[in-house]
Amino acid sequence: MTTNHETGLFQALPAVTEADLAALRDRLPAVTEAELSALHDRLATRADAEGVLDVAYRTLDTPVGTLLLAATPAGLVRVAYPVEGHDQVLAALAARVSPRILNAPRRLDEAAREIGEYFAGRRRAFDLPLDYRLATGFRREVLTRLPGIGYGTTASYATVAATVGHPRAFRAVGTACATNPLPVVLPCHRVIRSDGDPGNYRGGPAAKQFLLNLEAA
Amino acid sequence: MSTSRVAPRAPFEAVVAEHGATVLRVCRAVLGPADADDAWSETFLAALKAYPRLPGDANVEAWLVTIAHRKAIDITRAAARHAVPVADVPEPPPAGPADGRGLDLAGALAALPRRQREAIAYHYLAGLPYQDVAAITGGSTDAARRAAADGIARLRKTYPGAALPDGEDS
Repeated sequence: MTTNHETGLFQALPAVTEADLAALRDRLPAVTEAELSALHDRLATRADAEGVLDVAYRTLDTPVGTLLLAATPAGLVRVAYPVEGHDQVLAALAARVSPRILNAPRRLDEAAREIGEYFAGRRRAFDLPLDYRLATGFRREVLTRLPGIGYGTTASYATVAATVGHPRAFRAVGTACATNPLPVVLPCHRVIRSDGDPGNYRGGPAAKQFLLNLEAA
Repeated sequence: MSTSRVAPRAPFEAVVAEHGATVLRVCRAVLGPADADDAWSETFLAALKAYPRLPGDANVEAWLVTIAHRKAIDITRAAARHAVPVADVPEPPPAGPADGRGLDLAGALAALPRRQREAIAYHYLAGLPYQDVAAITGGSTDAARRAAADGIARLRKTYPGAALPDGEDS
């Protein structure tokens, strides 16, 4: 057997290098993005149908940046701003909910439609199944009261604290808003400081001001 | 009792993105293009189901190839139950992709005995060491190495267009 010194497929036997693999791959029919995308979609559909798609997600372009939307079979579980780092948010979902996560937009169709309508000024309240599992105890209690603050109005942290029966817990209300897993949909942006300053926001102060202006228009 | 060694895992989406193409190449090399899509789908669906229980230090690619190997066997058995038996291996597909790329080598691969296709796919396409290839296909590490070497030697005869490695070693 002759030793092969030409531009062979595998110059470096026995060790297989990246170049060897690339050489063999290049001589086989290409795997295209379109083929992988079709297989991915089929996987997402089957996983959902068989009840093993624990978290489905998609992104949605909005005037306040590209939002990440994630849902469990129970409902929308997370809305994330770009500043939170979508990859980190997905990693946190994998740790806290389940690593069975796929980019599977279909489960988010309704959420994306309603949020789109909201940013277009055509929707004042959301009618979506929500999964509150990322908020517990007092924070969850605060979050469930937020839709009671009507579109275009605001409430102070102290007022919200009083609403949940703990008037002195306005700092804890601030924490609940700052860690709201469902911003925009649960309108923590309507909770502002008593002096009228909008205060902080998970999506950044500019996003909060944008939402307040949108609702005031 | 000892605590679980299962570490938090990356979202499964990242597994598909990182390994999807390699697993499809492996499925095509072992089964041919017609059944490769089904094997890929069955592999990733089964992997998704089992994923939360995968140990944190597991080799994900070797794990996926192991599943793909079993799914390929399932598909071949199912096809055998439903089809009239044909002599030996089917002919390679007459037409390739529009750009003509890979036509000859894919056909030459398809004409190899299954054991050789598996060894070549798992070692050369998935990059697994022969020890891992042997663990997947059964048999010894030496047998896996020999199957790949024999396959490469046959490819050199049936696919003269490419320079291929010496089959005597590795």
